Amino acid sequence: MAEVVLKGIRKSFGDIETIHGVDLTIADREFVVFVGPSGCGKSTLLRLIAGLEEITAGEMTIDGQMVNELPPAQRGIAMVFQSYALYPHMTVYDNMAFGLKLAKASKETIEERVRRAAGILQIDHLLERKPKEMSGGQRQRVAIGRAIVRDPKVFLFDEPLSNLDAALRVQTRIELAKLHEDMAATMVYVTHDQVEAMTLADKIVVLNAGNVEQIGSPLELYHHPENLFVAGFIGSPKMNFVKGSIAAVDQNAIEVALPGEVRTRIAVRPDGARNGDEVTLGVRPEHLIAGGADSQLVGRVDVVEQLGDSNLAYVSLPNGATVVVRSEGDARVREGDQMPAGLDPSQCHLFDADGAAFPRVIQ
Amino acid sequence: MTQQTLDHAAAAPAVASGKLSLGRSRVRAAWIFLAPMLLVLLLVAGWPLARTIYFGFTDADLSDIANYEFIGFANYLEYDDGEWYGLLVDPDWWNAVRNTLVFAFISVSLETALGLIIALALNASFPGRSILRAAVLIPWAIPTVVSAKMWGWMLHDQFGVLNDMLMGLGILSQPVAWTADPQLAMAAVIMVDVWKTTPFMALLILAGLQMLPSDCYEAARVDGVHPVKVFFRITLPLIRPAIMVAVIFRLLDALRIFDLIYVLTSNSTDTMSMSVYARQQLVDFQAVGYGSAASTLLFMVIAVLTVVYIVGGKVNLGEGNR
Repeated sequence: MAEVVLKGIRKSFGDIETIHGVDLTIADREFVVFVGPSGCGKSTLLRLIAGLEEITAGEMTIDGQMVNELPPAQRGIAMVFQSYALYPHMTVYDNMAFGLKLAKASKETIEERVRRAAGILQIDHLLERKPKEMSGGQRQRVAIGRAIVRDPKVFLFDEPLSNLDAALRVQTRIELAKLHEDMAATMVYVTHDQVEAMTLADKIVVLNAGNVEQIGSPLELYHHPENLFVAGFIGSPKMNFVKGSIAAVDQNAIEVALPGEVRTRIAVRPDGARNGDEVTLGVRPEHLIAGGADSQLVGRVDVVEQLGDSNLAYVSLPNGATVVVRSEGDARVREGDQMPAGLDPSQCHLFDADGAAFPRVIQ
Repeated sequence: MTQQTLDHAAAAPAVASGKLSLGRSRVRAAWIFLAPMLLVLLLVAGWPLARTIYFGFTDADLSDIANYEFIGFANYLEYDDGEWYGLLVDPDWWNAVRNTLVFAFISVSLETALGLIIALALNASFPGRSILRAAVLIPWAIPTVVSAKMWGWMLHDQFGVLNDMLMGLGILSQPVAWTADPQLAMAAVIMVDVWKTTPFMALLILAGLQMLPSDCYEAARVDGVHPVKVFFRITLPLIRPAIMVAVIFRLLDALRIFDLIYVLTSNSTDTMSMSVYARQQLVDFQAVGYGSAASTLLFMVIAVLTVVYIVGGKVNLGEGNR
């Protein structure tokens, strides 16, 4: 059981604290993704788990063992770096065998483990090459192979796909998901790309400025973001936010007054909400109805982006705000048109003045 | 159709002659930019070299350099009246060659080892590192003649500070003539050279160390590689190209060593290098022909050793092999 438990983990560099107390349990065989904008501390958190950085305060256990003071090699982890970190002067075989060789493993064990890892990753034919003779994708496979050879309890990935081109990234992403299934190991993965996070993770940890904003499954984060940050970060294009105020509160819903005399009733638990409070309505571009609905926002189309399968219309509302509407690819939307964007109350989110979400009530 | 093709073919040369093609005009521009440098090199390096090689085949004399005769290879080797004469059978020349090789080999080895240690220390991060990096360079920045003279005084048998210190510590019971004693002179020369040029070596190796990818070291930490093994299995192979280039610079320098040895021990045969020997023939004995032959041979020895080193060590003097 390779469970990783973080309790009140803090990290300071000099006087500057960059991780402000993280509590997290990563279950055995779980695929956990740390996601967040640049500088949110996701890589630092991964390096703390790896043991490449020292923990300033808090406790960390891997597989039940306290690891705060253990060097990386004794934590039962393997790490795949963004820049691959292959030893440039060694062949692929030696790169993968290096750790085992120095650990004085027998020749047969080394041979067998390297061949097996190479087989899994389909890099058998590259074993005699040096890193500089390979493409980025091949190098990344070798780096993953080196991790597999270590037979770790926990795999750590630090933005492993960000140096690959788009097509290769998608392909490698699928292979990683398959690898997770085959290896049945715990994996922790850092990325700034929310698509990678959504597709790979069993559990996503959204980080912002050294704090955990929300932990949950991909769909939980998509449908029930706990605050404005998570709502804006998960989903592409990002969720539209429209300022408004509370017009009426009842037991299972809040009625919101939006710019342009629009009112809509949203099914949320109205914890502590009062009439007249400032709120923010959140609705994803794919949930705005291009043809309009009972309650709708109307504005002028500034720009249309045609993606083939869908169109993105950037609509500026009378109060100056812009909302993005996703419509069918063959829908005819022209710049300069007045466009109604219908609100489906069951797909709307509501946030209070501090950015915390009112919990949605599923009907 | 045919007519069109013909017209086109006829027009092409006219266009080409009116305007040079881009490739050719670039080549021409390159030659124009290079010409002054090539001319200067020809004047200050090519001409003296050619003169020296030429004089090596004559019996020219410094007192009357205008009158000389062409004597072929006699300066190098000549059989006359049952005996061999010339540089190649001159025991003093071979002594100088041996001295030079011993000096070059030992001093460059020591400088490489010490330079590597210093470079590794300076590569670590600690407060005051940049000041220390600059301070280390001081011996290298002092002109050789000045530092040789300085060391000459420090090593002086009667007034030298070194004898005074060692006697004060009780290590020596009586003063030692560091630069005059045949057993010690070469060691003294090597010591001063190591003191002077280790910083140069350290700096070149430090530059190599700073090119190393830091993520490899993190991978090694995850792999649990012992720091000593990290040094021998990762650092050393990766900075080998930088070390090889640094060594060749130093080797070329050490093989033509003159100033340090001449200032410290003048013409003593215990430390006489090839350059000192050539100067002695040329200036003291006024034998321009013979001295030029020695200089030419010195040039050949260095050239051969360099080629052997580059080929044997697979040194890549072009771009780094990353």
